[in-house]
Amino acid sequence: MNKLKPTNKLFKNRFFERISNGFFKENPIFVLMLGMCPTLAVTTSATNAIGMGLSTTAVLVLSNVIIAALRTFIPDKVRMPYYIVVVASMVTIVELILKAYLPSVNESLGIYIPLIVVNCIIFGRVEAYAAKNSVGLSFFDGIGMGLGFTLALFLIGSFREVLGAGTILGFQVMPKNYEPVSIFVQAPGAFLVVAMLTALQNKLRLPSATNGTGKKSALACGGDCANCSDETYATYHEVETSKQAKGKED
Amino acid sequence: MSSGYFVNLLVIAISAAFINNVVLSQFLGICSFLGISNKIKTSTGMGFAVIFVITLASIICSLIYDFILFPLNLAYLNTIVFIVVIAALVQFVEMIIKKYSPSLYDALGVYLPLITTNCAVLGVALINVDNNFDIVESIVNGFATAVGYTIAIVILAGIRERMEHNDITISFRGFPITLITATLMAMAFYGFAGLI
Repeated sequence: MNKLKPTNKLFKNRFFERISNGFFKENPIFVLMLGMCPTLAVTTSATNAIGMGLSTTAVLVLSNVIIAALRTFIPDKVRMPYYIVVVASMVTIVELILKAYLPSVNESLGIYIPLIVVNCIIFGRVEAYAAKNSVGLSFFDGIGMGLGFTLALFLIGSFREVLGAGTILGFQVMPKNYEPVSIFVQAPGAFLVVAMLTALQNKLRLPSATNGTGKKSALACGGDCANCSDETYATYHEVETSKQAKGKED
Repeated sequence: MSSGYFVNLLVIAISAAFINNVVLSQFLGICSFLGISNKIKTSTGMGFAVIFVITLASIICSLIYDFILFPLNLAYLNTIVFIVVIAALVQFVEMIIKKYSPSLYDALGVYLPLITTNCAVLGVALINVDNNFDIVESIVNGFATAVGYTIAIVILAGIRERMEHNDITISFRGFPITLITATLMAMAFYGFAGLI
């Protein structure tokens, strides 16, 4: 980190700042706690984690660029349907490419590839960043966020794979007489690993949405899925409905 | 309609509700599962809203796939069509309930917009297509999946209500202990794997 002093010219660069933001300051998994479903579901092995991370990165970069380019033409009131259609189209493109060129990746990720559509990270970035910023900045924001997501998935995936199967990316890393703790590559292991990760973040007082110190995302509902409660949601809902009612009166 | 067909439906239902539980083994709908599970009352409300929406979405998505997308060789567009249909459906249901049944709206209305981005709804529609389920099988699968979601979220809410006054290590308070609870529940549900 010493190389990245604030005085460094590279660090001042706005494009580079976007990438480092996605990796460290606003890492979608470790800090913002967005996209829990893929985090838990596809980290059974490092290979799956990389496949999922890169597919999400591709979708995020493409949607960010398209939305940023169209941001002045999209009427504010119907922006959500626009975003949904753009993101779903990008996901379909990525899915078809995977089916054609990497069928094994598509096979092992299965239903989770089309489910990138409902990943909070995509909508969060599109709504919070790409809808307000230039195409270039949005492109680098997508790359930074996507690769930050990939890195986090890869770390969790390798951890689970090492403990649960004794391998990383299929290569044996543990001694031969190591008895794999197979629960780590099964469903309960996913919850356990993320539980330990967040407990560790609380213990070390690292920034994370789960202990209220992380940066709040700018999603419409506040984004903070981990701390979402019926009260906060209900207040948001009331505010929105009263806004709509007011709009009708006007 | 032989008895074999009904046995098949029963197998689909048990498998969707318990063995491949939507949250505890497929990790769909995790956000709402962890977020809205602090009280039994609200989690029951969310559960019923999810049952309603997922069953309705399974019917409509299955009809659209069988009668529009598949005959026209547009099956590859299913992700786009399903997400748009689900988003529109949730809005539409919200409007109808608001107009005709204010009491139901008070009970479910708050949760309806949350469900649009709940990946379980889209997930069920895609699973139905992947498994080549016909319309009856799709409805049974959708309903059973949503029942599985409701069972899981209500159990978690019950455990969390009991834990509220427990002395938990500071680092584990809040999110981590909820996930540990989910771990133990997932282990318990793992036991259903030998059922069929």
